Amino acid sequence: MEIYHGYTGFVAFKLKEANAEPGDVIRVENPNGESFTGVLMPKQLLYSDKPVIVLKLSNGYNIGVKIDPNTRVLLVSKKRELPRTIGSQPLPKKPFVSILATGGTIASKVDYVTGAVTPLIDPHELLEWAPELGDVGFLNVREVMKKFSEDITPSDWEKLSLEVYREITSGAEGVVVAHGTDMMSYSAAALAFSIIGKPVPIVFVGSQRSSDRPSSDSFFNLYSAVLTAFKASFAESVIVMHGDSSDSYAVVLRGVKARKMHTSRRDAFQPVNDKPIAIVYPYSREIRIVGRVFEKRDPGREASLRNKFDDKVAIVKAYPGLQEEIINFLVDKKFSGIVIEGSGLGHVPNSLIDSLKRAVENEIPVVITSQCLFGRVNLNVYSTGRRLLEAGVIPASDMLPETAYVKLSWILGSVTKNLSEVRELMLTNIAGEINERHTLELFPRWSHE
Amino acid sequence: MSKLDFKELGLRVGLEIHVQLDTSRKLFCKCPTKLVEERSKFNIERGLRPAKSETGEVDPAAMLEWRRERVFIYEAPPESSCLVEIDEEPPHQLDEDSLTVAIAIAKALNMRVVDEIHVMRKIVVDGSNVSGFQRTALIALNGFIMEGEKKIGIQTLCLEEDAARKISEEGNKVFYRVDRLGIPLVEIATAPDINDPEEAMRVALKLGQLVRLTGYAKRGLGTIRQDLNVSIRDGAKVEIKGVQHLYLIPKVVELEALRQQRLLEIRNELLRRNVKPEDLKEEIVDVTEVFENTSSKIIRKSIATPGNGVFAVVLKKFKGLLGKEVQPGRRFGTELADYARVWGGVGGIFHTDELPNYGITAEEVRNLYEKLGANPGEDAIVIVADQREKCVKALKAVVDRARQAVIGVPEETRSANPDGTSKYTRPRPGAARMYPETDIPLVYVTPDLVEKAMKIVPEPPDAKLKRFVEEHKLSVELATTLIRDLRLDLYEKLTAKYGGSVQPSIIASILVNIIPSLRKENVPIENVTDELIEEIVDMLSRGEISKEAIPDLMKQALLNPEKKLKELVKELGITRLDVNELDRIIEEVVERHREKLLARKEKAFAIAMSETMKIVRGRIDGAIVAENVKKKLREKLNIGSDDEYSRQ
Repeated sequence: MEIYHGYTGFVAFKLKEANAEPGDVIRVENPNGESFTGVLMPKQLLYSDKPVIVLKLSNGYNIGVKIDPNTRVLLVSKKRELPRTIGSQPLPKKPFVSILATGGTIASKVDYVTGAVTPLIDPHELLEWAPELGDVGFLNVREVMKKFSEDITPSDWEKLSLEVYREITSGAEGVVVAHGTDMMSYSAAALAFSIIGKPVPIVFVGSQRSSDRPSSDSFFNLYSAVLTAFKASFAESVIVMHGDSSDSYAVVLRGVKARKMHTSRRDAFQPVNDKPIAIVYPYSREIRIVGRVFEKRDPGREASLRNKFDDKVAIVKAYPGLQEEIINFLVDKKFSGIVIEGSGLGHVPNSLIDSLKRAVENEIPVVITSQCLFGRVNLNVYSTGRRLLEAGVIPASDMLPETAYVKLSWILGSVTKNLSEVRELMLTNIAGEINERHTLELFPRWSHE
Repeated sequence: MSKLDFKELGLRVGLEIHVQLDTSRKLFCKCPTKLVEERSKFNIERGLRPAKSETGEVDPAAMLEWRRERVFIYEAPPESSCLVEIDEEPPHQLDEDSLTVAIAIAKALNMRVVDEIHVMRKIVVDGSNVSGFQRTALIALNGFIMEGEKKIGIQTLCLEEDAARKISEEGNKVFYRVDRLGIPLVEIATAPDINDPEEAMRVALKLGQLVRLTGYAKRGLGTIRQDLNVSIRDGAKVEIKGVQHLYLIPKVVELEALRQQRLLEIRNELLRRNVKPEDLKEEIVDVTEVFENTSSKIIRKSIATPGNGVFAVVLKKFKGLLGKEVQPGRRFGTELADYARVWGGVGGIFHTDELPNYGITAEEVRNLYEKLGANPGEDAIVIVADQREKCVKALKAVVDRARQAVIGVPEETRSANPDGTSKYTRPRPGAARMYPETDIPLVYVTPDLVEKAMKIVPEPPDAKLKRFVEEHKLSVELATTLIRDLRLDLYEKLTAKYGGSVQPSIIASILVNIIPSLRKENVPIENVTDELIEEIVDMLSRGEISKEAIPDLMKQALLNPEKKLKELVKELGITRLDVNELDRIIEEVVERHREKLLARKEKAFAIAMSETMKIVRGRIDGAIVAENVKKKLREKLNIGSDDEYSRQ
């Protein structure tokens, strides 16, 4: 089936015949005498089976008009071509922060004619959109990939790590990575491991409301992120997002300890088993340290890049009725590592223990985390746990399952495949992913009335 | 004010009527459509930025709001709002009930319903929409209604979400409550086919009524709002928002026509004086020293604050024009002051057409002209006292408005004042402010949906009139008045429910006779609720009160809204009498006046009737009393025959 800007069948044919493209003004004349004039809009593919043409009327409204094979489609006028100002600026001699766009909606703008959202990669455009960003310092903006965050793979982390490393070695005061929010904490964790000895912060930022709306959180978040990249006293891979539903402050979360805990709220990102490193007040340009700093900013420090990730690591969640076939399948398929989201303190059904033992015997590390998220795994309390330890699993302390997954993938890709070395590294606090002290206030409580 | 000749002026009026729908859920979430009166403890604080269009243009109306750098605080009562209202969750699918009602109304307005409905985002950055835009969808276009013999075009019918309610404003903080946000609104826009102020009101009434007749319209204050687009020949399209009452429409239209006419007179005078827009310079001068020892309290108070001063600008050859009245109580100077307030945030301006006055002396005015090098015989000077920055913004806006005066009437959005005049609020929004709402799937209008809608299409007025006369036995006069009444849908509801036990003419009479007559007695009829009327009809149907008691009962109910109707009935002693009780009363009357009645037989009925009515008035139908009095006179005193009474 041929698709023409989302249109199919005779509708597509008539539009092509009239030489009409989205943005052009067309007139649709139905055989019953009625006619509609408006700007042709592209059609959302999901709905393209209906013989409907979408027009933007002069009052700004879009409507769908049904046509039939006898309808006449006439081109009234071609769209006005807008000059586009794409070009890169030479790097300034002054201190600068690099903004790398990966394809999230954070640094994107809407096309008011078609409604499509396109990335905002030109620094001029970015400053036009948010002139206040220029007050903080010089910005070097470029697009490094164009992906929805749910499509990110471990090989993208390799590329992203390389790009960030280049910015760091060319003297950036900090690097901001504009990223889709869904898998952002995975990427932030990946960069926490892949660039060792970071001299400056790497700041991931996203938005929960796209930047084409006046209420978007993207400006607030981006401004806070740029501020953090320029000024923060730490040099870690962090996430900067709204700290509250109000536009009051942003939080800086350690990537390895952060999690998206709400599908849509602005303050969706929360630290787990940790406090935010800092709170940012963008209006007063203040960064207040509230948590522990794992690595301090040190522009003299030399970073090294170890950016290989093993893409044969799996996460398996323990659930009632989980069958050992799943584990056996991973072993048979020669997966390099398995992360288990155990129940409670880190348990899996006893019926699985033999299959896990077999995995370990095949030199496949099995890392145990908890689907409770909050708290630490402990396999010494109950007999099931002790049997798991006997089987040779690696209890991952208070690490998030996602962080354990990224860390295991990185160790296997960039460091070692030796089981005992993997075990040792998994239990070593490399980038602040383990918090040895959980104090009472680290567990959030819901409002109970 | 002499009557304007609207035909001569080339008056054109278009209406935009907004009616809230009474659906069980909001348009884009599952919250109920009810308002909450208590203050909420859940507050969210946000700012808004205008989103730029592809061409780099920002909507001027949007930019104005942003420049004010305002902070919006949203109260989010959990009873009637969820994460969708506070823009923390994407909208749910369009409510189908609301869409069905919208299609039904479109059909009644002879409109073309579109085949596929696309929800759009209309940028609104005054904070009234938490997202920064209003979700709105065009449902139908190209319709008409008949107003008498005249065809009035209906351009568009849109289904949109209502905005949040403004609760208060303190400095740069604006407080909104989001309970109202998301309630479905039907917006009907007419073509500018209306040429007469009264006609505007009639069309507005008709459209409002039509929506109500679907049975899905909300009632009460603020549930129906009308905006007016008014222009005269050589004038400009001016949008007037917030006309609260139907009866104010003719006045607002008339005063806007007058305003545009006066502005054109001012333009003509400026042309005669050979003024060009570029003659008006943005040269803003600090004239604080002129007022160092002023006796003007306002200026003295203002310049006492550090950082404040008095600033002035010359409007070349404008002398005399600022004092010209454009609407009752509003001069051209007032129009300039509106701009200064909106754009500069200052309290007001002084201009030389009104000086010396307000403690400003003739000498100060002379010094002002001298300092600015202006000609006292030709030029006008505008001054403002406030912070320097605010004064500069305010006076730039004044110059801008004065330049437009040379060209004609500027396109503006204005808000209506209670007296029918209006004041400037912002420039008219451009077309750059609409783009697709990508979070909501589009809706294909299926035959099933149309069929469902057809079932609630309101009956045309002519058919209704016929039915009222033939089936409800209303007089043609009563039926005609009723059809024009705002509570027509309530009448339909009550006759359907109580028609068996209460005559429709009584229900109609409550609406179109009793309530208006109470207005003449200065009873607060704005307190009349549908519930009150229904309760009264219900009591009638149970025989608890007689129809004679209605005016009095209603009056007391409106004057004592805290009291229950049943209590009032008791207090007023208008509990309906049963016939036995009546019989006892008449017997007593006849016994008491036995001598007199026998002595004046020819007046006996009148006397007995009048004495009885003194006791039972309002508690039972007069016809029943008459009948029983006759009976009793016959029985007890053997007085009268029917013939005899008929002569009374």
